[in-house]
Amino acid sequence: MRRQISSLVMRRLLIALITLLIVSIAVFSATALLPGDTATILLGQSATPEAVEGLRKAMHLNDPAIIRFLKWIAGIFQGDFGTSYANNVPIANLIHGRLANTMKLAGLTAAIAVPFALTLGITAAMWRGTLYDRIVTVATIGIISVPEFMIATLAVLLFAVYLKWLPALSFTNETKSFYDLMRTYAMPVMTLTFGVSAQMIRMTRAAVVETLNTPYVEMALLKGASRPRMVLRHALPNALGPIVNAVALSLSYLLGGVIIVETIFNYPGIAKLMVDAVSTRDLPLIQTCAMIFCLGYLALITAADIVAVLSNPRLR
Amino acid sequence: MTGNLVEIRNLRVEATTDSGRRLEIIKGVSLDIAEGEIVALIGESGSGKTTIALTLMGYTRQGCKITGGEVRVGGVDMVGLSETERAGIRGTTVAYVPQSAAAAFNPAITIMDQVVEVAQIHKLMPAAQARAKAISLFRALSLPEPEAIGDRYPHQVSGGQLQRLAAAMALIGQPKIVIFDEPTTALDVTTQVEVLRAFKTVTRQHNIAGIYVSHDLAVVAQIADRIVVLKDGEIRETGTTSEILEHARHPYTQELLAAFRPKAQERVPEIETTANLPLLMVDQLTVGYGSRLRNGEPLVSAVQSVSLRLDRGRNLGVIGESGCGKSTLARAIAGILPAHAGGITFNGRELGKAGRSRTRNELRQIQIVFQHADTALNPAKSVEDILGRPLTFYHGTRGKARDARISELLDLVRLPKSVRQRRPGELSGGQKQRVNFARALAAEPTLILCDEITSALDTVVAAAVIELLKELQRELGLSYIFISHDLSVVEAICDEIIVMYRGQKVEEITPVRSKVPEHPYTRLLFSSVPKLDPTWLDGLQQDPEQVRTYCHH
Repeated sequence: MRRQISSLVMRRLLIALITLLIVSIAVFSATALLPGDTATILLGQSATPEAVEGLRKAMHLNDPAIIRFLKWIAGIFQGDFGTSYANNVPIANLIHGRLANTMKLAGLTAAIAVPFALTLGITAAMWRGTLYDRIVTVATIGIISVPEFMIATLAVLLFAVYLKWLPALSFTNETKSFYDLMRTYAMPVMTLTFGVSAQMIRMTRAAVVETLNTPYVEMALLKGASRPRMVLRHALPNALGPIVNAVALSLSYLLGGVIIVETIFNYPGIAKLMVDAVSTRDLPLIQTCAMIFCLGYLALITAADIVAVLSNPRLR
Repeated sequence: MTGNLVEIRNLRVEATTDSGRRLEIIKGVSLDIAEGEIVALIGESGSGKTTIALTLMGYTRQGCKITGGEVRVGGVDMVGLSETERAGIRGTTVAYVPQSAAAAFNPAITIMDQVVEVAQIHKLMPAAQARAKAISLFRALSLPEPEAIGDRYPHQVSGGQLQRLAAAMALIGQPKIVIFDEPTTALDVTTQVEVLRAFKTVTRQHNIAGIYVSHDLAVVAQIADRIVVLKDGEIRETGTTSEILEHARHPYTQELLAAFRPKAQERVPEIETTANLPLLMVDQLTVGYGSRLRNGEPLVSAVQSVSLRLDRGRNLGVIGESGCGKSTLARAIAGILPAHAGGITFNGRELGKAGRSRTRNELRQIQIVFQHADTALNPAKSVEDILGRPLTFYHGTRGKARDARISELLDLVRLPKSVRQRRPGELSGGQKQRVNFARALAAEPTLILCDEITSALDTVVAAAVIELLKELQRELGLSYIFISHDLSVVEAICDEIIVMYRGQKVEEITPVRSKVPEHPYTRLLFSSVPKLDPTWLDGLQQDPEQVRTYCHH
């Protein structure tokens, strides 16, 4: 049994690695296919053909694609992500602070959203069909349907403009005390929590309700179990797989998809960095950001799958 | 409080259908159960027997509601209690043994934790004492390794053992009455004998009353003191077991009894036709599942070197317990699951192993009818579409000719024309199985493989389906291979029977010539089929050595 589990987990990790390789090929080819010549763009319209040719050589742009790809991959493995075209700074330096910011925001949001969503989802399933369940359902569907920029803008209007409780922008370098930190993160975290939780609440409720309809939960009822016991002891362990997957999918959004929130609150995160990179055609930076998003996504999904494998009693 | 443990008075239960219509499914039932008495509720599916039994716990399944009457258990009316008060009675005064223990055990929790949960919920005794009590119950129910079996997960023990473990789970709260909801229906006959014996001993020892829900009169005859016959939510007849078995008054009870009694084979053994070519020859067929191993053998072989021969116009029965490979054999003959080795000769011609390598005409001549008409018929298509497709596919029939042929087919299986436009979901179980069968007939086959086609049906309905098969055989000159775990069904229709055990053919018998089974497994299997005689179980002598060999695999 133990060997079976470890072989399943190993296989899952191997698949993740292969996926990562395929993704890196896709990212590299996609950026290579972008129209326009990097050297020309960097030097501007008035550059002489000789200067362009010289730069191309210096940047190894004339090498075959496969060689450039291998060099790029080898660089990543050595911690060298290349140099930004736009401002000639090593990408690692550019990313460093931004990634930490994004992780901070994502971590804070996850720490609030996951317990919040699971509690609401599970309790809604527990009291299925009651007024409480309906309120939760209506509220989550309502929030799913409202676009994030609406929530963010409304939050700014309410808390920053009318009530003047919170700063409208999040300059993270000004935070000195814990109180400042709270004030800075309050609105972005709240906006993200709304968006991310709604999905998790729906999925958790659905997964738990499905297991509640099984004969073994009916059996628990006929043994005299209370509703919380039926849900927490009998239904939840069997609904873990789908729930963990829903959580992972929602959280992966926090790593790369929060561009709207970062823009509205002027939060210096990695999603904003990537969008800036696209407008300056900074290919190495785009590639690195894309790879980071994919890595985060893969890590979360793989972790969810492994939890699902471990929670299956047939494999224990 | 009067003398009886359970007093149901004028009980009414209403169900709300998917379309929102309200339907009375229990129409004023009154019933008494004395202390230590076992009462059987018998009737076909939909007669309301489980619904009535569950009201003893004040519980109705989703969409149902008790609308009238009283259900007094030990003087307390379950209908009037609050949900919390009911929960206090569930598991302690009234306990429940489910139909499928395999589904009723939580796959994520060890068996012991689930068995002692009743004691834990109701705070009946300390944990250590509960465990000790569970182990003693395991022993009383003659479970193997009583000390260790509780530490396993439900998927690690067999179906028969799980069913007894479910009984232990019910008994640990020392209930006054136990609801047995078809507890042996999902089991093989040889296992059923053991489980029934265990139930009977334990209920007698502890003087526990029981309500035994079943559709099988012979099983009920072994364990019940009284039998209540239900139909359409009303009691048709009540009496002691021997009264019901010997002097049934109500026509429905008589019908139930008649359906059960094996009919004498009317068929005269035909000898002259068999001299020439056999219709089907199966030679050393080996079939398996999973990826091929290095030596070319499949990972799990379900059928090992089985040979058989079927003559035109005759029937072959294949019996054996679940997992013996009988359905796999049928799937290999039909070409759904390509055999791994061996040969299939049909009408003198060697058939390709996979359906893909057979000609359309070869495919047409062998049709298979699956066990569950519910899943075999596309729920989104009308009966007309379901029957029309094979007509167009095999014969190119279209338009008026196809319409006419569909009507003929419905006539053949004795279905009214009005079902043409209906979808499978709007038909009863027996009707669905008839449509399922008519679909096979549409191809005009010479051989029909019937895979457990009556096991999902009620006794009376199943008997009617068997009668229909016989008639069709006379009219159309068909041959059947009849796969079943139910010996009486196979005996009613087959000229020859092969017995399978663990993928191998262990014996070939010809009931018409009343050849006595010789293989010990066959003998065990045949002796395990319950008889209507109430003393059958107590008088049954089986070699414990063989029971151990063949039942605990």
